[in-house]
Amino acid sequence: MKRLVPYLILGLLAVGCFSLATVLQARAYGWSRRAQADNILKVLLGDGRRLFANHFFIQADVSFHSGYYPSIFDQARAAQGSRHLTAEEGDPAHEEHEKSMDFLGPPRDWIERFGRHFMVTDHTHLHGDNESEILPWLKISAELDPQKVETYTVAAYWLRKLNKAPEAEEFLREGLRNNPNSHEILFELGRLSAEYHHDPARARKMWELGLRKWADQEAAGQKPDLFHLDQLAVHLARLEEKEGNLVRAIELLQLAIKATPHPEALQRQIEELEQRRAAHAPGASPPAR
Amino acid sequence: MNTIFALANVVIKELYRRKDFYVLFVLTAVLTLLLGSVSFFQDIKVVRYVKEIALLLIWISALVIAIATTARQLPAEREHRTIFPLLAKPVTRGQVILGKFVGCWLACGLALVVFYLFFGVVSGSREHSWPVLNWLQAFWLQWSMLGIVVALVLLGSIVFTAPSSNATICFILVLGILLLGRHLNQVALQQPEPLRSVVYGLYFFIPHLEWYDVRDLIIYDHQLIGWGDCALASLYAGIYAALLLFGAWLLFRRKPLHL
Repeated sequence: MKRLVPYLILGLLAVGCFSLATVLQARAYGWSRRAQADNILKVLLGDGRRLFANHFFIQADVSFHSGYYPSIFDQARAAQGSRHLTAEEGDPAHEEHEKSMDFLGPPRDWIERFGRHFMVTDHTHLHGDNESEILPWLKISAELDPQKVETYTVAAYWLRKLNKAPEAEEFLREGLRNNPNSHEILFELGRLSAEYHHDPARARKMWELGLRKWADQEAAGQKPDLFHLDQLAVHLARLEEKEGNLVRAIELLQLAIKATPHPEALQRQIEELEQRRAAHAPGASPPAR
Repeated sequence: MNTIFALANVVIKELYRRKDFYVLFVLTAVLTLLLGSVSFFQDIKVVRYVKEIALLLIWISALVIAIATTARQLPAEREHRTIFPLLAKPVTRGQVILGKFVGCWLACGLALVVFYLFFGVVSGSREHSWPVLNWLQAFWLQWSMLGIVVALVLLGSIVFTAPSSNATICFILVLGILLLGRHLNQVALQQPEPLRSVVYGLYFFIPHLEWYDVRDLIIYDHQLIGWGDCALASLYAGIYAALLLFGAWLLFRRKPLHL
């Protein structure tokens, strides 16, 4: 019997531990925010992970340029922001980006001249299937900082281009869950509805909601980006024009004029729509043949 | 020459007896394979992030192996008092320095061969292309760079008493050069005189290890580097390694060996 006593004590302690664990586990879950973290990165890095998120977003940009990217020492002369990541050829943002990425300049000495044989010195962008190479970095960046909205919009843009609309929608919905007030994500979701699902009603809902969110942010003094107001208003105006709601389309274009850097083109479109509305108005005389 | 290779042989044996290399290789392999197995947006063609991470881990591991292996060579010989019978063979102090250098450099080369074979298999199997010449260039340039690092650490092991302080200082120096070396001239031009001349002088004085980091060219499938440029870079590395070894020999020649 004496021999058994230590084993019995051990067994008793083990049972005690097990019983306590079943009681405490449920309570311990609520003790700290860290315990509620739903992925390993949150548990390991806590809020510090947001610091790394930007690094991975930049890594996506580096990958997009096949390694040709300004260092912190070149950045005064190089591109800032991420709009070039989604700019089409011919866009002003694209042209501006092309100019600003000529950051290397002529070599200052023989060491720099020789060193350029061992580094990427051509400004190129990914094309074809290679464009998907930036996606892992964007996904990691979103995991690290779910509040970084541009990660979702840039990834969705490329996923759309790569004919991966369902993945783009899923990723944008994840972004919207993390950023319910983001008009940028709502705009991208609207584009998916309009261009992929061909569902103008849903696209309208998204863009109208996006406009409201933009207005709420402006009212709260957050100075939201005018570029996105322009995008939302113009896309919604096109949709309303297609649906025959010319009055609403004109209103939206007038809203876009306040935000666009090129108001002349929009003004011409408004005038065209005004003419069409006048022609369709009840009592208007039929056009002369 | 036989003496030098006999000494080098001991260092190489030490590499495969110690666990440093195995631990670093397994860590690199596990991390690379784990990340490679992740599917991002159901796209199996994405490969560059795996290459990027694998090459980063290879660079870190190679630096750790080079610095840690070299930093303990001479202090360990002195601590265990095996330096005395070694010098009584007779082996000159210059041969000790050269033997240790050749041994550490070859050991780094062997480790790099294994790392690059692993990288080649992972990258080639996912990308379905085998740019062997590009990998060879990257391997050779990295190995040349490690020659300078090994020589620097050997010099450090004569200047500093403890291997830990030598390894730490050399790590900081090497990382500093790798990260800032390319931009030091830009920094210099923004300084007022006489600081400008001092920083520019430093820029010309430091070994430009960043030249040998051609990971971007491998990751993003760029063209081969000119063979002439590779040869010049190798010559530059050789001259720097010789300079540092000569400095190490000058200091070691008259250094008292008792602790």
